[in-house]
Amino acid sequence: MSLMNQTGSVIMMNVRSIPQRLWMSVATVVSIALVVAVLLGFLALANGFSQTLKGSGSPNVVIVLRDGSGAELNSVIGRDQIDLLAAGPGIKLGADGKPLISAELMLVVDGIKKSSGTKANMPLRGIGPNGLAVRSQVRLREGRMFAPGSNEIVVGAGLLREFAGFEMGKTIRFGAQTWRVVGVFEAPGTVFESELWADAPVVQSLFNRGTSFQTARIALTSPEAMPAYLAYIKSDPRLQLKVQSEQAYFAAQAERSGLLIKYVGWPLGLIMSVGALAGALNTMYASVASRASEIATLRVIGFSGFSAFMGTMCEALVLSALGALLGTAACSLLFNGLSASTLGAGFTQVAFRLQVGPELVGQAMVLALVIGFVGGVFPGLRAARQRPLLAL
Amino acid sequence: MSDFIKLTNVTKTYTRGKESISIFDKLTLSIPKGDFVAIMGPSGSGKTTLLNLLGGTDRCDSGEIVFDGEHIEGYSEGQLAAWRARNVGFIFQFYNLMPVLTAAQNVELPLMLTSLTSLPSQKRKDNVATALKIVDLSDRAGHKPKELSGGQQQRVAIARAIVSDPKFLLCDEPTGDLDRATANDILKTLQQLNRELGKTIIMVTHDPEAARFATRTLHLDKGQFVEVTS
Repeated sequence: MSLMNQTGSVIMMNVRSIPQRLWMSVATVVSIALVVAVLLGFLALANGFSQTLKGSGSPNVVIVLRDGSGAELNSVIGRDQIDLLAAGPGIKLGADGKPLISAELMLVVDGIKKSSGTKANMPLRGIGPNGLAVRSQVRLREGRMFAPGSNEIVVGAGLLREFAGFEMGKTIRFGAQTWRVVGVFEAPGTVFESELWADAPVVQSLFNRGTSFQTARIALTSPEAMPAYLAYIKSDPRLQLKVQSEQAYFAAQAERSGLLIKYVGWPLGLIMSVGALAGALNTMYASVASRASEIATLRVIGFSGFSAFMGTMCEALVLSALGALLGTAACSLLFNGLSASTLGAGFTQVAFRLQVGPELVGQAMVLALVIGFVGGVFPGLRAARQRPLLAL
Repeated sequence: MSDFIKLTNVTKTYTRGKESISIFDKLTLSIPKGDFVAIMGPSGSGKTTLLNLLGGTDRCDSGEIVFDGEHIEGYSEGQLAAWRARNVGFIFQFYNLMPVLTAAQNVELPLMLTSLTSLPSQKRKDNVATALKIVDLSDRAGHKPKELSGGQQQRVAIARAIVSDPKFLLCDEPTGDLDRATANDILKTLQQLNRELGKTIIMVTHDPEAARFATRTLHLDKGQFVEVTS
């Protein structure tokens, strides 16, 4: 009881004396806030990108690529293979009673980014009549779908946000052909929002792709139908294809963005932490020095070294917690929900929103408190070893 | 009168580099309960070292230091801290109040340490109020040190020293930073504590005027008592 009381008193005195070292304390808070804001900003960027990829996949949709292809761009699937894929077991049927399979091809076209005014790659996807049906997340927001056989395109809301000249009714030129925007679709939190869609046969014809496709998306009746469908494809030697659930396909891409966090975000945050730690140590040593007589007086009266240690430690933790809150608030206000785009696995821009979630805030808080702990422990030990004689 | 504080053959040496400086060599001292002793002497005579040994903030090299039958010379740092909290009230030359605390909160500090922590909050507040009343500062309980004069700050320090009802008070130049009139007020308060509450007081001072308020004065020179005046 006595130890708790005296420790509580010393902590209270330390914290209440912070205004006496205002500017030094503010510098520490700001340096920790910067570490938290930069780290959190980077984590939010990676998290937003990763969440967009993860959110794009459905567990009961199968994506088929040529065996050995890592991405859609370097895959080729023949018309005959599409017919074989449609004959597999467990495929969901559409309203017309036919299997829900969408054979698609994807090309890279140029667009002008609104943020920089520079050219960047955009994906133009040719889809079949079931293109919408195999993507349950997608919804037309404006206009209508393209008419089969026409030079019409529909635009993803993310792409519209990031690129100039794709508003409803506008005409766009890709190569020798012109296209008219007739609709805008949205699929929040997915990569599909970063695409342009047009009729697959028109894209094949205008871009000289013959009758070949690059991927097929097949909607199954349920995720449980997956093993039987995979077994069917493996058993047919004409189907030398790579088959996986759409969810697994995007999860693998999301994993690559995790490496960004691991090899860039955290090292950057840790390097900045060393600077903030130096500031915290400086502040706390100054705090102990300026309170030397007070600490010694308390020790003479009978307060324990532990209470002196805890007072200094808690002051450091309070400063680091304030820094963490400031950094989190700044990052949340400036970055959370901010739209951005970067190069995805298909060498095209993927639009996404930065996401500052509780888990990331927790990680940044822990880093800030570790800075506070290390910044408080050595000055705290000095305070605990303060000789009572100094008071006299 | 029986010995309340007894130092027997106390030796204390400080080492500075390769040089050893002997402060006390077999010093012996007896102070009965209820005494008010002033310790005077020139700089370097050992006054502050004696105060540190009596207050348990420093340890002797050899000899015995006994308070009310309790030997403290072998105590560890932690034991000495607990012993100080139970038995000693300190009054410093520069008051040593906590600037962020009010007068009442400063006075309450020792109550955080002893068995008095188990007192109900109201009882603790009563004790603080009583201590402030004794030093005639009840109306300044909510003021912070910077809002008080030097004399008032020293009164708060006295209230802090007596609030836990310690067995004796150690005063280190308690009037060294005050003008004559204020110093006399403080010394009268100490005299009152000695006469009316029976507190044993040991006061180190350079000031012969201050020493006159004590019941006797011990003169220290080169680590030995050379004269006793009553």
